[in-house]
Amino acid sequence: MNFFEVVRFSLRGLNANKLRSALTMLGILIGVAAVILLVAVGNGSAKTISDRIEALGTNTITVMSAGRGGSSSTALTRDMADALIDPELAPDVKSVSPVVSSSSATMTYEGTDHSVATFVGTTPTWFAASTTPVGRGSAFTSDDVDQGRRVVVIGKTVAEELFPGVDPLDKQVTVGGALFTIVGVLDEKSSTGFNDGNDTAVAPLTAVQQVLTGYGALTSIIVEAANPDKVDAAQAEVSTILNQKLDVSSSSTSTPYRIQNASSLLETQTETADTFTTLLGAVAAISLLVGGIGITNIMLVTVTERTREIGIRKALGAPRRVILTQFLIEATLLSVLGGGLGVAAALIGAQFQIVGVQPVIVPSSIGLAVGVSVAIGLFFGGLPAARAARLRPIDALRYE
Amino acid sequence: MSRPVLQVTDLKKIYGTGEATVHALSGATMTVHRGDYVAIMGSSGSGKSTLMNILGALDIPTSGSYLLDGVDVSRLSDGQLALARNRLIGFIFQAFNLIPRTTAVANVELPLAYAGVKPKERRRRAMEALDVVGLADRAGHEPNQLSGGQQQRVAVARALVTEPALLLADEPTGNLDSKSTDDVLQVFDDLSAAGRTIVIITHEDEVGARAKRLIRLVDGAIVTDVRQSPIHLPPVGAIRRSAGRAVVAGRHSL
Repeated sequence: MNFFEVVRFSLRGLNANKLRSALTMLGILIGVAAVILLVAVGNGSAKTISDRIEALGTNTITVMSAGRGGSSSTALTRDMADALIDPELAPDVKSVSPVVSSSSATMTYEGTDHSVATFVGTTPTWFAASTTPVGRGSAFTSDDVDQGRRVVVIGKTVAEELFPGVDPLDKQVTVGGALFTIVGVLDEKSSTGFNDGNDTAVAPLTAVQQVLTGYGALTSIIVEAANPDKVDAAQAEVSTILNQKLDVSSSSTSTPYRIQNASSLLETQTETADTFTTLLGAVAAISLLVGGIGITNIMLVTVTERTREIGIRKALGAPRRVILTQFLIEATLLSVLGGGLGVAAALIGAQFQIVGVQPVIVPSSIGLAVGVSVAIGLFFGGLPAARAARLRPIDALRYE
Repeated sequence: MSRPVLQVTDLKKIYGTGEATVHALSGATMTVHRGDYVAIMGSSGSGKSTLMNILGALDIPTSGSYLLDGVDVSRLSDGQLALARNRLIGFIFQAFNLIPRTTAVANVELPLAYAGVKPKERRRRAMEALDVVGLADRAGHEPNQLSGGQQQRVAVARALVTEPALLLADEPTGNLDSKSTDDVLQVFDDLSAAGRTIVIITHEDEVGARAKRLIRLVDGAIVTDVRQSPIHLPPVGAIRRSAGRAVVAGRHSL
């Protein structure tokens, strides 16, 4: 009796009970597909978050005022920003961009209004530090900042709203009663969160202060480190200088400013995403476990129900080994086919967005899910079959 | 006379322990020679099924020796027992015991498959065996599409397809109506006439009367052992039938 014959016996056995075979496979399929797909969704969302954070620039530090009311003692000033450019005390700082922003600026062009979500006033270094390159036209210069010239670089959304089908360069728009000349349009930027990152306009710091925000506190200071590895060093230097400027004692635990570091933000977010993935994986593992219990149950029932058949086969002279092999192959075929179809279903499912996330398959999850389902099938299919094959034929025949 | 097909000596089988001990067999001794047709009769509880299961190597005796075609069955390993069941014995059950949802011909092929016969040869021999029991035209039917008598005839075909030294039948007609009983018994008569060794268990006198030799079992021991017709001649039933219905007899030939 060769192996091929035993395989044919197994196929006949599976074929004799199509519905039960199909349902068993469906259970494994769903379990395996759920594990792979849910882990892929978790992984995908983690990847999306880290991509977005990396797009913000990983070598920048944002200094913000901690005070709510903007009292003069905690406010960030242009003076402080200038003090950060110090090759002696802060060798790892590449550039410093003071930022004021207004969220209530309305831009008007030939009777068309557009409320700009964020109107930023800053220095030319901001474009590089915030990884917001100018697409068409050019950025303004430091000379423009010094002279307080009213020039502006607008985002894609603003350009589309105010200048449909018209080249916005060198056009004049009215903001807060003053005329600004458009010198450039920003490259399209991927949106972070709910804010439209393209609904923005950038103008020289002095001009924005003069027209919109007044000469009060800065909103934030963006500090660019020399390279991503120096971010922590730069952050330490920045806080030393600011502590001196704001008279904060070194023992004090609270500072009147807050420093946000993109890479630490990234770390936190990645940790959160990992937790999320683990959680999804756990839910999926439970579904695989339930699927496994289903397989176990069906295998137990199948073998018990067929103990009589095993008795008949033994009475006809089937060796124990052949009977065991037949049932093992039946169990293996069910779990391998079910697992394979589950992987296929998961791979197909991963092509589509699921709750707004593009799943990214984790290869190890495929191995794990298929491995577990096959192991369950083999163990719980093989164990009762081995027990039945060991029975004396007369006991197996009498079994009800 | 040649080596006996079956020789049991002082066979005992005891179930249970202590107070609840049951002596299903208490020292049965018998010898069956090639070409004999033996009917073992006894009331229920007389130990005839236990004897049959031991003869079929499905169960093991508590004590006593059992030589099957000269081989001591009690000394065989599990694998050798499987081989003996496959090559030496053809077993026919009261409850037919066909594999469900499997065609008649596939059921008949099964022992040949375990014997390692090639598929083509297997199919040919299975069809031959089905032809002997007169069911060649039902080869593609599954057990639930066959009547009880037909199922039992398929089981007989399955038992004789390996050309075993010994055909054992445990109440083969117990679940059948009189018409089907007649069909199955005719097959046994023909097989005996063709020289097969048959041991049949029954509690019906009609069945026992057709055998060449009748053994009565009471409380696990053999009480009578009567030869009803000579071992080298066809059994009574076959003679009667061939005299009366010679035309039909031509259909069954081994």
